[in-house]
Amino acid sequence: MPMDGGIGAATKRREDVRFLTGTGNYTDDINMRGQAYVHFLRSDVAHGRITAIDTGVAEGMPGVVRIFTGADFEGVGGIPCGWQVTDRFGAPMQEPAHPVLAQGKVRHVGDPIAAVVAETREQARDAAEAIAVEIEELPAVVDMKAALEDGATKVHDDLTSNLCYDWGFVEDNRDSVDAAIKGAAHVTTLELVNQRLVANPMEPRVAVGDYNRASDDSTLYTTSQNPHVIRLLMGAFVLGIPEHKLRVVAPDVGGGFGSKIFHYAEEAFVTFAAKALNRPVKWTASRSEAFISDAHGRDHVTKIELALDKDNNFVAIRTHTLANMGAYLSTFAPSVPTYLHGTLMAGNYKTPNIYVNVKAVFTNTVAVDAYRGAGRPEASYQIERVIDKAARELGVDPIALRRQNFITEFPYATPVAVEYDTGDYVATMDKLEEIADIKSFAARRAESEKRGKLRGFGVNCYIEACGIAPSSLVGQLGARAGLYESATVRVNATGGITVMTGSHSHGQGHETSFAQVVAEMIGIDANMVEIVHGDTARVPMGMGTYGSRSLAVGGSAMVRATEKIINKARKIAAHLMEASEADIVLKDGQFSVAGTDKSVAWGDVTLAAYVPHNYPLEEIEPGLEETAFYDPSNFTYPSGAYACEVEIDPETGKVTIERFSAADDFGNIVNPMIVDGQVHGGIAQGIGQALLEHCVYDEDGQLVTGSYMDYAMPRADDLPFYTVDHSCQTPCTHNPLGVKGCGEAGAIGSPPSVVNAVIDALQSGGYKVDHIDMPVSPSRVWQAMQG
Amino acid sequence: MPKVSMTVNGKPASGEVEGRTLLVEFIRENLGLTGTHVGCDTSQCGACVVHVDGRAVKSCTMLAAEADGAQVSTIEGMAAADGTLNPIQQAFQDHHGLQCGFCTPGMVMSAAALLAENPRPSEAEVRDYLEGNICRCTGYHNIVKAIMAASGQDVGQIAAE
Repeated sequence: MPMDGGIGAATKRREDVRFLTGTGNYTDDINMRGQAYVHFLRSDVAHGRITAIDTGVAEGMPGVVRIFTGADFEGVGGIPCGWQVTDRFGAPMQEPAHPVLAQGKVRHVGDPIAAVVAETREQARDAAEAIAVEIEELPAVVDMKAALEDGATKVHDDLTSNLCYDWGFVEDNRDSVDAAIKGAAHVTTLELVNQRLVANPMEPRVAVGDYNRASDDSTLYTTSQNPHVIRLLMGAFVLGIPEHKLRVVAPDVGGGFGSKIFHYAEEAFVTFAAKALNRPVKWTASRSEAFISDAHGRDHVTKIELALDKDNNFVAIRTHTLANMGAYLSTFAPSVPTYLHGTLMAGNYKTPNIYVNVKAVFTNTVAVDAYRGAGRPEASYQIERVIDKAARELGVDPIALRRQNFITEFPYATPVAVEYDTGDYVATMDKLEEIADIKSFAARRAESEKRGKLRGFGVNCYIEACGIAPSSLVGQLGARAGLYESATVRVNATGGITVMTGSHSHGQGHETSFAQVVAEMIGIDANMVEIVHGDTARVPMGMGTYGSRSLAVGGSAMVRATEKIINKARKIAAHLMEASEADIVLKDGQFSVAGTDKSVAWGDVTLAAYVPHNYPLEEIEPGLEETAFYDPSNFTYPSGAYACEVEIDPETGKVTIERFSAADDFGNIVNPMIVDGQVHGGIAQGIGQALLEHCVYDEDGQLVTGSYMDYAMPRADDLPFYTVDHSCQTPCTHNPLGVKGCGEAGAIGSPPSVVNAVIDALQSGGYKVDHIDMPVSPSRVWQAMQG
Repeated sequence: MPKVSMTVNGKPASGEVEGRTLLVEFIRENLGLTGTHVGCDTSQCGACVVHVDGRAVKSCTMLAAEADGAQVSTIEGMAAADGTLNPIQQAFQDHHGLQCGFCTPGMVMSAAALLAENPRPSEAEVRDYLEGNICRCTGYHNIVKAIMAASGQDVGQIAAE
C-alpha cells in the first residue's frame, strides 16, 4: 500500500477546488490598473505585398491610444526559432525572418499587419476596421508538392526556394537500406497523410504586458507552458531586455497540448507596447483568432516502405515525408519532423535497416509546430499502419507479426540513434489482449452483423521518447537550448515546504503529484508541501512542460534538491542528538539514532535551521533551502499496446468507437488517478484525429475550418468509456523516480488502431479497402466502400 | 449607456453596458466574476454556461440587456457559503473530472441543469446532454462518470478511474 498522500496514491487534486469554484486565476482574469487593450488587424489574404497602410481615420476614433504597424518594429528583433536542423548535405536549414508585425509582405491568413491599442476592447476592434490596407495579392503556396516545384512562388523572397531543409537520417545508411529493400522477400508500401490539426486548448491565448518606469522592469503575463523559455527568447532575441529586468508569469493555464510552448508575436507586442505607452496592454484571442494564429500540428505527407524476409522478419524501413512548416518557423518546428519523428521510426521492433528522409516546406499557412506527441504520432502511425497492411498482404495475424518482430532485449540500440533502456512489449501486448477481451471479439462481430453493421478490431503498439532531453545530445542535433530542469526546495522554519519547479502545470496536476513525491521522501503530510510554478520571479530557472518531461526531468530535479535538504537536515539532527551523522535514520518525518530511542521531529530540525542557537555553525550554514538542476542522461521510453473496436454503418459510412483499450508501460507511477486521466485525454485527441479533426485550407490559402462550426472537436457523444491499464511497469533506469512520462501516450498510441479497426471492419464486409486517410469521416468511408 | 440590473448568485447586481455587451462580458468584466469563461466565439464550447432563471444558457449568446431583471447563477454561487462543494463539484473532484479547469465551470453548470431535469441520467443521456460543452483534456470519461456519480448512481463498474 502506498503511503497516504505519497508515491503511488490516487490522491485527489488540490488544484481542483479553485477550478471548481470559479476562483482560478487564468491570464484573462488578470486586469491591471490603467490597462489598455490591443486588437490585431490580421491579413485576410494568404500571400501579398502590402502597398499602403492608412491609419488616419482609425487614429481619430474614440478611445484609440496608438496604432502600431511593421514600421514601428524596424530595428526590433524577429521571433526566433529555437532549433536549427542541418540538412543531409551538411548545410543549415533555410531560416526566414519572422517580424512581430508584417514587414512588406503578408504570408498567411492571420499574419498581423497592425495593432490598435485603445481604452476598451471594443474601441480597439472598431478602430481596426477603419484601417485601410492595400495588398497586392500574390499566388498562394498551399500544397507542399507544388511548393517544391521549380518556379513555384516563393513564400520568402530572400530564400532560394520553399524548401526549409532536406534531411536524411541516418544519411550514411541510405545505400544499405536501399540494398536491404531491394533484396527483401516482400515489400509493403503505403502512402498516407497525417493531417493538419489545431491543438485547441479550451483557453485561447492571452497576453498582458506591464512596465514599471521607476525600476525599468517589464512583466508579461501569458498563457505559456514555459515562462522561462519565453523570457529568454523574447528578452534576448526580440526586445533586448535582460532577464533581470523581465518577469514572465504563466498563471493558471487552460491547457496547452504543445501550442503554448512557443513564443508568439503577440507576447512580444504587449511587452513592447506597455513600455512604449507606459501602461499595461492586454490581448485576448478570440477562438477565431486562435485558429489563424496558434501554431498548428502534424501535416505530414508520407510514403513508407516496410521490407520483410521470407520468414516475415522486418529487414528494412524506408520513409519519405513532406512536412509543412507553414509560413514561418515556429519555436521548435524544425525538430518535430526530424529528431522527434525520425528517431522513433524503429517503433517497438527489431528492424536492422532504417532510413528516414524529410523535406520541410514553407507554405502560405499558419506555422506548424509541436502538438501532443509531436513527431512521434506521425512515426507511430506510419509504422503501425504499414505493419497491418503487410500482415494482410502476407495473410498473417497482425498481432502475431508484431510479436514476432518485438524488441525483447534491453538496452536496445536502434538504427536511428537512440537507445531504449527498458520495456516489455510482450507484457503490454499480453495485457492488452486480456483487457480488450479479444477472445470474445468474434461473438461481438457476429452480433453487430446481425444488426447489419460491420465490426472491426485494430491494434497497434507505440513507443515514444519522453523526458526531453539530454542537453549535450540535443545540442548536437541543433537545439539552441539546454533541456534540463531546475527545482528549489525551500523548507520554512516551522517545517512547511515550498517547492519552486521549472515545470509548468496546465492541467497535469503537478501541485498534487509533485507534493506527493516530496512528502514521501521526508515522510510528512503532503499538505505540508506547496508547489510553486509558472513565475520567473519565484522560480529560479526552468525549461517548462512539454514532451512528457515534467516528472521525468522536473521531478528528478526536485528529488535531487530534496535529497540535498535531507542530507543537511541529517547533519542538524545529528548535532541536536549528539550522534554521528552516519547513524541518523529518517522515517515518517522523524530523525532517530539507529539502535537507540533518541529522535527529533522534522519540525525540530527545521526550526533549528532558522533559530540556530544549538547548531553546528562551523560545519554548515543556517537555513534550509537547496536548488538542483537535473539534466537527463537519456530520453525515457514509455511504450504500450492499444486496441480499438469500431462499428461501421454501411448505409452511411459512419464509424462508431465501441471499445477502446490501452495497456501502457510508464515505469513507476506517482498518482495513478492522474495518469489515467492523462491517457483518457490523449486517447480522445487521438480518436479525434482518426475520425473527426482536420484543419483544411483551400487552394487560395483561406482557412476553411476556422471555428468550432467547421473544425470537428471530439464531443462527449463521439467517445466511449476507455479501458486503461498501466500495471506493466519497467522502471526507467536512469532517473531517480524510475518514471517515464504519460502525457502524450494516448495521442500517439490511438490513431493507428482506430484506422486499423476501420480497415478490418471493411475487409470483413468484403470491401477491398486497404487504406483511408484520416479523418476517417463517413463520406470517406462511404466513398471507399463504393470502390 | 443603458443600465441593467439583475440578481446574480442571490445578490443584486447592476451596471451600465453598451447594447452589444454580452452577458458573459458583463459577468466577467463588470462584476469581476471570472469563473465563467470564454472558450469560443460561435456558441459551441459551453465554457460560459450559466443559469438564467433556472435554465442553462450560454452567456456568450445572450446580451447583458436581455438578462435585465433575471435571476442569474454562476459557478461562484454553486458551493455553500462555508466553501463546502456541492455534490456535483465534489463528484468532479472525486472522479478527476477536470484537468486544466477551463471548461469546468461550464461543465458543472450544464451538469446541474441536466440533473435538475433528469435526476438519474444514463451514460448516453449524459453524453447527449453535454453535446454543447467541449473539454479538450479529459476525453469526457471522468466527466461522464462524475455526473453519474453525482446523481447517486454506482459508477464502480465503469472501467478505469
